[in-house]
Amino acid sequence: METAQFWGYRRPDGRVGVRNHVLILPTIVCATQAARQVTELVHGTVSFIHQHGCAQVGVDYEQTFRTYVGMGTNPNVYGVVVMGLGCETHQGRSVAQEIAKSGKPVELVSIQDHGGTLGAIAEAARIAAKMVQDASALVREPFDISELIVGTECGGSDACSGLSANPAVGYVSDMIVDRGGTVILAETTELIGAEHLLANRAVDDRVAKRVYEVIEAMEKRALMMGVDIRTGNPSPGNRKGGLTTLEEKSLGAAAKAGTRPLQELINYAERPTKKGLVWMDTPGHDIEQLTGMVAGGAQVVLFTSGRGTPTGSPIAPVIKIATNTPMFERMRENMDVNAGTIIEGKESLESVGRRIFEELFLTASGKLTKSEILKQHDFGIWRIGPTF
Amino acid sequence: MPSYRFVILNAKDNVATALDDIPAGSVVSITRHGREYEITINQKIEFGHKFAIAPIKQGEDVIKYGEVIGVASSDIVEGEHVHIHNVEGKRGRGDKKNGNRSILGV
Repeated sequence: METAQFWGYRRPDGRVGVRNHVLILPTIVCATQAARQVTELVHGTVSFIHQHGCAQVGVDYEQTFRTYVGMGTNPNVYGVVVMGLGCETHQGRSVAQEIAKSGKPVELVSIQDHGGTLGAIAEAARIAAKMVQDASALVREPFDISELIVGTECGGSDACSGLSANPAVGYVSDMIVDRGGTVILAETTELIGAEHLLANRAVDDRVAKRVYEVIEAMEKRALMMGVDIRTGNPSPGNRKGGLTTLEEKSLGAAAKAGTRPLQELINYAERPTKKGLVWMDTPGHDIEQLTGMVAGGAQVVLFTSGRGTPTGSPIAPVIKIATNTPMFERMRENMDVNAGTIIEGKESLESVGRRIFEELFLTASGKLTKSEILKQHDFGIWRIGPTF
Repeated sequence: MPSYRFVILNAKDNVATALDDIPAGSVVSITRHGREYEITINQKIEFGHKFAIAPIKQGEDVIKYGEVIGVASSDIVEGEHVHIHNVEGKRGRGDKKNGNRSILGV
């Protein structure tokens, strides 16, 4: 087995980044516009728009807080300027203090304390400009693949997803795990019906039990909305496309995570504590899932699509893999790798898997993905409670 | 005779998935467990649909991705279309009541 290395940035907490962003992190909806203005002023900064951070309680509050902190501590981020309003539930100060434990540069600017919007933008921009210059002085160093946490995801699936791109990404997942890296399987909703098969792959009874728990909880949430996911699938369209059972449909989604043992099951936006294959409990919603994995520390995401999507993250490269050649040709500006050659009989799963693996290393070493080039800075938090 | 494309996703599988519409009467070459053999497709298999690459007796597991996707509800011969008419899921079916049980009670 070859020992593959990539070029990354070592962070003070020991983790390794594949990008070197300065993140302008608004912890409250009221500060998102000011944060965006800072990114217009200062090269090398990124931010994201959201509607959260106030009037949230309990586990929903904790999950949003954990997501903010996870975005700031992701090793793709060199330093963080937290922007708050001042009076909100999610105090920017608490988020900044938590991120500071990683040892990276963190500063707080709140709109109410800095003389309003323009004062806060000016202060945040001054801090960010210094951080960007310091960040630019860092030099990439070679690291082992065991430093990588790779998220896997599918969105806009089609009849080819379970036949080409997902199994090819599964081949890559096994390669990553076999070389000491970490792979995240997510979108619990899509795995309903295959839980017994995934539980069989759990390293111990505790992890297996958690598999059944998160599946049941997701089903109950849907039932509360009057929808039974289990008896509604495979849908008439799925069946016409050749999918016979719910197991088969769910296995097509799970195929992207490969075949190795399931080491642990983590909550949304939590950081894996184990190497190898890890399941994060997320919904199937593309952006909420992506955000959860990136907040959980994923430096790179492998994303398969049959219909084509523009999806990207403000801080992590998302390598988008087309399940079929016609869509890849139509959406070249959005898609990074074509797995449609499997459907055409021109290339084996293994061969496409090796191409994705190579792309993963090039990307981790600095090659920009299509969604980064197009500034597709998607962000969405899985809310698990109402707003008050 | 034209050759038609299909994929066997795992060495353990007893079904293949068509990557072309394969007409009835077509002969395809299969390599499975180190053995090469030819099977005749019994009825038209549409793109994305499955056909048996080994005989599957009623009650035996149907394997795709190396995992059990369901159980045969009748005897299935090589080359036969494998779908909702001869396979039952073990965990749930969209068009059945009591979907957590197959007709075989497994």
